[in-house]
Parts: sequence; C-alpha cells; structure tokens
Amino acid sequence: MIKFFLMVNKQGQTRLSRYYEHVEINKRTMLEAEVIKNCLSRSKDQCSFIEYKDFKLVYRQYAALFVVVGINETENEMAVYELIHNFVEVLDKYFSRVVSETLTLL
Amino acid sequence: MSDVVEQTLSVLPGLLGQHDPGAGPGGAGGPGRVSATSRLGSLIRSITALTSKHEEEKLIQQELTSLKATVSAPTTTLRLMKECMVRLIYCEMLGYESSFGYIHAIKLAQQGNLLEKRVGYLAVSLFLHENHELLLLLVNTVVKDLQSTNLVEVCMALTIVSQIFPREMIPAVLPLIEDKLQHSKEIIRRKAVQALYKFYLIAPNQVQHIHDKFRKALCDRDAGVMAASLHIYLQMIKENSSGYKDLTGSFVTILKQVVGGKLPIDFNYHSVPAPWLQIQLLRILGLLGKDDPRTSELMYDVLDESLRRAEINHNITYAILFECVHTIYTIHPKSELLEKAAKCIGKFVLSPKINLKYLGLKALTYVIQQDPNLALQHQMTIIECLDHPDPIIKRETLELLYRITNGQNVIVIVQKMLDYLKESKEEYTIINLWFIQTMNSVFSVGGDVVHPDIPNNFLRLLAEGFDGKEDDQLRKYAVQSYLALLEEEDALYPQKFFQVMSWVLGEYSSLVTDVDPEVILTKLHSLLKKTFVTSETKAWIMAAVTKIASCTSCSKTVDKLIQEFSNSLDAYMRQYAFELKHLCEDKALMRNLLPFDASCNDMVVDASLSFLDGFVAERLSHGAAPYKPHHQRQEEKLSQEKALNFEPYGLSFASSVSSSGVTGRQSPTGLSFGSDTSGNSAETGHKETNTLKLEGVRKLWGKEGYLPKKENKAGNENEPQTVSCGSLLAGQVGDPPASQSDQVASLSEEDKEKQQLASTLFIGLGSNAGVSLMGKADTATQKFKRKSKINETQNSEEASDFQNSAVSDFGPLLDTVPINMDDCEGNTHTRLRKASLCSSDIVEDSLAFETPQLLKKSGLDDRLSDSRLSQLSLFADSNIEIFQPSPSAQCESANKTPLVPSLPEELEELTHSEVVELCQSDALALYLCKVWTDDSLLLTVFVSNKTTSALNAVNLVFEEAEHFQILESPTYQFPVIEAQNVERCQKCVWMNKICTQGILSGSVNYQSEMETRLEFSITLSLLDFIRPMEMTTEDFGRLWLSLSNDVKQNIKMSSSQGSLSAALNTLQQKLKLCIIDIIGNEGILACQLLPSVPCLLHCRTHSGMLALWFRSPCSALPDGLLYQCQKVMEES
Repeated sequence: MIKFFLMVNKQGQTRLSRYYEHVEINKRTMLEAEVIKNCLSRSKDQCSFIEYKDFKLVYRQYAALFVVVGINETENEMAVYELIHNFVEVLDKYFSRVVSETLTLL
Repeated sequence: MSDVVEQTLSVLPGLLGQHDPGAGPGGAGGPGRVSATSRLGSLIRSITALTSKHEEEKLIQQELTSLKATVSAPTTTLRLMKECMVRLIYCEMLGYESSFGYIHAIKLAQQGNLLEKRVGYLAVSLFLHENHELLLLLVNTVVKDLQSTNLVEVCMALTIVSQIFPREMIPAVLPLIEDKLQHSKEIIRRKAVQALYKFYLIAPNQVQHIHDKFRKALCDRDAGVMAASLHIYLQMIKENSSGYKDLTGSFVTILKQVVGGKLPIDFNYHSVPAPWLQIQLLRILGLLGKDDPRTSELMYDVLDESLRRAEINHNITYAILFECVHTIYTIHPKSELLEKAAKCIGKFVLSPKINLKYLGLKALTYVIQQDPNLALQHQMTIIECLDHPDPIIKRETLELLYRITNGQNVIVIVQKMLDYLKESKEEYTIINLWFIQTMNSVFSVGGDVVHPDIPNNFLRLLAEGFDGKEDDQLRKYAVQSYLALLEEEDALYPQKFFQVMSWVLGEYSSLVTDVDPEVILTKLHSLLKKTFVTSETKAWIMAAVTKIASCTSCSKTVDKLIQEFSNSLDAYMRQYAFELKHLCEDKALMRNLLPFDASCNDMVVDASLSFLDGFVAERLSHGAAPYKPHHQRQEEKLSQEKALNFEPYGLSFASSVSSSGVTGRQSPTGLSFGSDTSGNSAETGHKETNTLKLEGVRKLWGKEGYLPKKENKAGNENEPQTVSCGSLLAGQVGDPPASQSDQVASLSEEDKEKQQLASTLFIGLGSNAGVSLMGKADTATQKFKRKSKINETQNSEEASDFQNSAVSDFGPLLDTVPINMDDCEGNTHTRLRKASLCSSDIVEDSLAFETPQLLKKSGLDDRLSDSRLSQLSLFADSNIEIFQPSPSAQCESANKTPLVPSLPEELEELTHSEVVELCQSDALALYLCKVWTDDSLLLTVFVSNKTTSALNAVNLVFEEAEHFQILESPTYQFPVIEAQNVERCQKCVWMNKICTQGILSGSVNYQSEMETRLEFSITLSLLDFIRPMEMTTEDFGRLWLSLSNDVKQNIKMSSSQGSLSAALNTLQQKLKLCIIDIIGNEGILACQLLPSVPCLLHCRTHSGMLALWFRSPCSALPDGLLYQCQKVMEES
C-alpha cells in the first residue's frame, strides 16, 4: 500500500506531496523534513529503500529532485521504484518536454 | 497501482496549471490558463527564489491573507474561486493550513461548471479526510453527479467516491454505482469498480451482495476494468482464500495472457507487459495456492512461464521475479520450480547492484523459513552483507538472521543485533528509552544467570557512548530509571543488576540535576545494609558511594557510612570505608582521582612501578630479602615440604589480574588498582631477569603498557592463525572437510574470519549440517556394538586373545573416537606389577578397567551400558579376591608386606591412580587413591589398622586449603576400625583457585591410651581436575566465540612428535583433553575444569612449531593448561 508520494528538492523544499492516508498538516512538514534528511544522507551506492518508522521509503533522484514514496511492508519495493520512473515518464510525455525543464526549475 | 498514478496525475494539472495538458485524464481537460497561469506560476516562482524558511513563511502568510479575503468576498466569481483554490492547495501542500477555504472547495464542486467542479472536487479530496464533517455536504452533489448524463461529471463523482467518502453515506450512492458496473464506457466501469473497492475496504459488509458482479468485472473485456477488480480480489482472497479457489483457473489464464503479451501495447512498460498487473496476479496466486497442492498444480506452468519471460535485465523484471519467487515458495512446493527460484535468488543476492541485493536478501529472508539450506548456500554472502556499509542492507540481513535463530546461534545473533542497535542509535532517539527498559528487564529477569559479558558490555556501551548529547540523555535516562527502581523498598533484584545500577549511579548520577546526591547516597546506604546484598555487590555500591562523594562537598550520609563500616566485620568493607574516609579528607585529590565520566579514558599506569626503584634499592641495601614472585614462593614452599622439586618453574597465574586491571575503573577493584598491578609488574621483572623461559612466557606488559592488542594488529607471523579454527568449523557446514581444508589455505585472513562467523551463525541449520561428524561417530559406535557383543561371548580363556584383537581393532578409530589407548596400556602395566597374585586374571582386570572407559568415550548407548554391566558382573566373580582381600589373607601378609588396600569394584571401573601410601605409624597406615570421576576428584583414603585391637573414633580431618574445596564436610569419623582391617573414606574435591600444583593436608587422630595424631599431605595437580569435554565442532565454534580470555603460544615440536595427530594424541593422553576434530594441520580440543569451566584449545602446526591457542571463561585456566602442555610436549 502506498502511503504518500513526495517530490522534494535537495534544499528540502517540498514540491509536491500527496498523502493517501490522512496526516495532520503540521505532522506532514515534520515528516517531509525527516524523509528528505534520510534520502540526502544516502550515497549513490546505497540502496534506494530506507526503513523509516513503520514504513519503507523508496526514492529516486532526478537531478536535484527526489521522488520519494512511502509504502508499507506489503509492497514490492522494486515495483514501486519502477513506478516512480513510470510516473516521471508519464509526466514527461503528458507535458511533452516542458516537464524536464520544470522539474529542474523546481 | 495504476489508479495511484492516475490520482496523482489528476493533481498535477491543477498545480502546473500553466501548461497546456493536451488531453487530460478522464477527458476533464486542462485548467483555465489566463489568470491561473500568472498567479500560481508567480507564487511558485517567488517561493522557489526564496532562500530561507522564514521568508517562505512570511510570503505564504501574506498569500493566505489575500486569498482569505478573496474567497470570502461575496463578489468573487466561481472562476476566480477556482484560481484561488489552486493556490490554496499549493499553500496547504507546503504545510500551511488553509481551512478557511474548505467550505468554498465544496461549494465550488457543487456549483461550478465542469472545469470549476473538477477543481472543487480535487481540492476537497486533498483538503478533507474520511471523517471530516464537511464531507457530508458533498454527498448530495455526488449523488447528483452520478446521475448526470455528462460522462465527465459521472467520472468526477466516481473518482471522489473512490478517494474519500463517509462510510455511513455509502447506502445513498451504492445502487447508483452498482449500475455503473454495466455502463457502456469502460472508464466508468473501471471507476465504479474502484469506488466499490474503496467501499469494500471501509465497509466490507455493505458490498457483500455484489460479489457476483465483481466476477463480471474480472471477466470484463476491458483490461483496465479487469485490473481494477484485482484489487478487490486480492483483498478478499487475503481474508478468505478458500472461497475463491474456483477462480484460480481464471487468474492463471489472465496471467498467461498478460505474460504472453495479449494486452494492448499501452500496458507495456519498457516492453514488459503490464508488470504491476503481473505482480498483482502473482500475489493472488500465491494466496490461493498456499497449502493447497491441487490448486498449486494449476499454476506451476504459468509460474514457470513467468520466470522464463522475465529474463530481460531490467528492474521491473526483477520486481516480477521477486514476486514469482515469493509465490513459488508460498504455494505447495514443486522441486523443479524451487530450483529455478533458488537460482534466481542466488543471482539477486550476488548481484553488484545494491537494490537487487536488497531484493535478494528479502527473498532469502522469506524463503529461509521453508528451506534453511538455501541460507547455507549463501552464507558467505550473508556474512558480507552483515558488514555492509549500507545500514539498510545490514538491517535486512539481521532480519534474515532473526528467522534462522536457534538455540545454538542465538548468542552470536543477538550480539550482532546489539551491535547494529549501537550503530543506528543516533537515528532512533526513542530507542534510548526502549534500550534501557529492555536491559532493565533482561537484568531483572535474567539476573545472575545472564552471561557475565552482558552487564559488562552494557556498561561499556553506556560509558563509551556514541556522540554528543544523545549519550548524556541515555545515561540520564538510565540513572532516572534506576532511581525509580530503587524507590521501592526491599525490591529484590539480582546481584548483577544491583551492580550495574550502582556503577551507573556512581558514574552518572550527577547528570541528573534535579535529584539531590544526598538522596542517592541514602538509597545506596540503605542498600548496603540489606542482607540480600552479597559482599561483591557491596563493593560495587561502595565504589559508587565514593564516586558520588567526590562530587559533593560534604555529606552526612557519607560520614555516617564511614563511621558505620569502619567497624565492619567484613575486612573489605572496612578497607573501603577507610579509603573513603581518607579520600574525603582531601577533596582535591579525590576529585583528581575520580574525574567525572573518565571511565573510558586511557589510564597511564607505570606497570614497572619504577617509582619504587629507589625504595627497593634502599631496602635491599639495608639487607632486605629480594622480592620473590608468587609462583616462586609457591614452588619453594612445595620444595620445602617435599624433598626436591625437579619441575621447571611454572607460569604464574597472577597475570590473570591483568585483564581485570585493564578494565580498571569499571570494576570496584579499581580503587585498589595499584595493589593489583604490583604483583603483576614484579612478575614482568622476574621474567625479564630470567632469560631461560622467555619462550614460554606470554608477554603481557611492555613499556607502552598492555601489549596483546598491539601484537594482534601487527599481525605477528608466529601467532596462530586467528581464524583457522573458524575455517575448520565452517568446513563442517557445507562441504566435506577434506576438500575444505585445501580451500582454506587459499583464503585470505578476512575470508577466514567471515567463515568463522558463518559457522557460528548457521549452526544447527539444515539437514546436512555436521553430517560428516555425526557419520564418524555413528560408525564408531556401530563397530563398537559389534565388538561388545563378541565381548559377551568371550570366555576367560580367550580373553588375552581378545584384548589383542580389541586393541588392533580400535586402532584405526583412534582419530575419530578419542580412546586413551596408550594410557590404558600404561595402566595395565602398573597393574601387572602390582596384582601379581593371580596371573590369569590380569587380562580381565585390565579389560574391566579398559572397556568401560572405551564405552564412555564412544557415546553412551543404553544397549552398550547394559552389555557393560553384564561384562562387569562376569569379571567381578573372578576378580573379587584381588580387589577385596579377605581378612584372613591380610593377616597372613600383614607382617611381611604392608597391607595394600584396593578400591571397591564400583570405583575400580573408573579411572584412578595407584594406591599409594600416605603415611604410617605403629598403629595406622594411610593409603590414598585418586579416582577421577566425571564430576570431581574423588580422594579415597584408606585407613588401615595395623594393631591387633580395634581402634575407636578415628577422625580424619582435612585442613582448609587455599586452592581446593572439599565438598560436604572436611572431616570424617570412623566409629571403629577392627583389628587388622581397612576402612575407607571418600571425599570429593574441586579446585577453587587455579594453581599448577597444590597441597591438601590433613590429619588422622584416634583414641588410644593417649591422643595420637598422624599428619599427611596430598599433592594435587591441576590435571587432577581436568576432564575431557565432548562436544560437536559446531558447539565448539559457538563456545569459542563467546569466550574472552585467550592465551597463545608456539612450542617447538621434537621430531618424534612430527605430526599434528601425534601431538594431539599426546595432549589427549596426558592432559585428558578431548579431541573434537582434526582437519589438515589444525585440530581442536576441549576440556573442562571441574565442576564446569570449559577450556578450548586450537592447535595448528607449521614448520615444526605447534601453535597453541587457548580460550576459557576463566583467565587463569589457559595459563595453567599451557604450562602443562609445554611440560608434556617436552617430556614426550
């Protein structure tokens, strides 16, 4: 089950967030900050899945932008990892080339 | 999952509204561009341009204020409202509440045109949650839109329903949505299924009646609708798989079609057909086939096909493969598939791609419960992952280890987990509390039976800390929790726990500022007076009091305590009290001596005590005798008592103090640190002057301090290979040992270490573990059974033949079954000399002695012991005259030769020494026989009455000895000893304090005309208390790792001892060590000091040297044994 979907830049600013389970607004900010902290602390040769509280984070980095998905243990991490890419590809196709510029701009 | 993508996508146009979306999902079209573009776009741009969070906050608050004004203004058009809503969504997404706009979002959904309505719905789904009261206002709108003729409106309504809908309002829309299942448009059908899925999740009972319609959806001609229905099925099958077995065929067919590429090309992702759909289907199949051979049968083909098709190297196929493997191991097993799945896991685990490795570990973790052997195959990879730089991989590996934890490897695994915990603690602050609490319960429940290393490790963890603030918080919490525990009057905790508490309170109580140190002191003081506190614990408490006292200026409790214990009967307490008293008089010194939080600081100790040189020189010049080290004094004492001592000087065991000396302040003995080391440094001095025995001396102290660690780092070539033992052990797990030993040679040090770890981790796993060893033992016993049957049939005439055959027969087994053949023969000879009364019985005599020993070694078998009994009784008949000489026979011989008594038959069958004379007087003669029973040294003292009248009340008293402990009472009274008769008494003895040789003295007194007393002394050697310890190689490996004291030494082997096995046999015979295993040039042996202190020995031969490596929980034992080893190796 996917719990949330985040796009955060390297400065830790949230660019897109979508929660599929209700989370209080003030808690969201904290969660996002911690999530990005977790992602930024990882190097390229470490794996793209992180344990975070009761769920797992699957993240992918596109230039300065991180796409992070919070899932529970029933999910297949690799499938989600590819889902992120699928999502980005869809964005790219949907907005044609604009999206890549927009993403870097974000 | 595709719905997730869609939902997310539906958010995007609203956010990135400035771009023309072309064809939006669900045909909703893009949002208006004119005003929205500029407003939202500029908002985003200005936020991006900001550098600080503070500025952002200011900007957004401004924005929100203006938005609030706009939305509440009655003149605001819906179009403007829509634009505001988009910006509100953005603000809220950034974490700024905009609840004032919620109601307007609902209004927009109710009143707007198509585009405005869509934004309204979107805002509602993002702002509100399931239980939000405003949601009820939306229900009517949804009902209206569901009935709309406009497809887009219906779609929007279905979308919001599948996202959030109040549970209690489901009945209002359910019939409408049910109808939509038959809608001609597939997107409507799909969204209806999604809405029903939502209903199923929040109120399963309400959709029970439409299960048939779900089946229709599953068979829908549109793949999207079918895919959506899989969500419902996965959920339903998870809850009750037996109800949907009949659908297995359908799922299998669908998967076949998907895998076969029958779906429209739109479903492809990187040319893999509908991967997420495949995963979903594989999960369903797994649930259906679980524990059901018949259903599983149906899916073998398609699983095989899936495995085959997913061979392209792409992440998404890995995801599918992972799911396949999971399913294959979930359903009823089919060996062919299992094999393929295992291969697949192997590929994952060995992959250099880190994500794949993770997936492999995860799969392995799951699979391992079904097939532990797979873990054995990949054990080296697992060990590598255990030290992986990525903590996530490490964690996953621990998860895996957790699944294979068994009684044999639990200690190592828990240790690994604690290590991990230690590393990851900075990240998880809450763990602090949890950690202390867990340790508290470990200590209070486990108490004094917990492994002694655990409290030490725990304290070290606290003391060494991690970094910065965290540590102090952890310590603070520990102090607080202990204070709370001590709050309870008369709370009874294990001694170890009290010790831990007092150490922590002593070290860190000053961190807790809100508690008066006086309160803590009072608590410790009251604890000191409790009767249940042992003197060891008292020492810890006193140390804590001293430390706390050093931080306080003056304390009534401390004064009271000093006064009270200065008169204590306990000498130690008295000393502590005096120390404390003197320290308190000089606070500056005290603070200097006991600095805060310095337990981990290295202490510079002048081990050579050079500052005393002047003093020593002065004393010597005044005619004082030079200092003699402890062992020298011991030897001298011995030589005074006996005649000459031909033995080389033994190693001193005082060096064992060094280990406690190093930990210094962690133990309460830290206070008297100086006195500990003095003996030690004198030792070194002695060693330095005595160049004779340098080779046998372990160099513990050097100019820089304690040496062993540095030596290890330097990687001394002469050191026994630290890991070779492990490699030897690891060999047992997988391959046959012979080939393994060759491999071992080529492995690097590091690899060997890993193998060692592997052997301890994977102990007791899988069916083939330890097979080779077991096999050996079995053949041995089998041969033996055959033999013993022959035994029974043999009569005494054939006995001598039999003995020969027995010896030759057992010869080849020597390597596998530890039989002390030479020893037996040796005994036979002594017996030959002694028991020359009846020659025909000699053989039987030796047999009777020898056979039980053999039997004991080769594994106890009921049948065997039966046969042994029958044998014994058989022999006993003929031997009885020798063993228990009749009184008449004694009378005859009494005048000529001294009466030599012999053991009763129940002892005769045990290994024992000759009967030797202890002392004699006119009236009495004392004889001694040492019987080495399994659990103690049994001293059998024979008291023989040489007079012609009976002696009354003969008392045998053993004096208390420093090194030995006599079980039960040290005295024995013979009420009467008849004339010319022998009585015997038996005492079980243990060695309390380790020494190479010691004397147990005693006396006999009896009443005759006057009080007569006869003194005697018995020399006991360490070897009297050493017993072989049998264990498996795996057990050995486990134990080896858990032991901390080790001693290494190389000794030269003479040419006669050429091979390892010869050397080991010598050790086995002379020292009663038990050979556990020999592989290549390495051998492992084990023994125990009674009652149960194990000592493990690892031997390795290289270039004429025998590298010995001892390990034992007792620090002095390895030293003692090393000395004995050197002795026997020199002798032989």
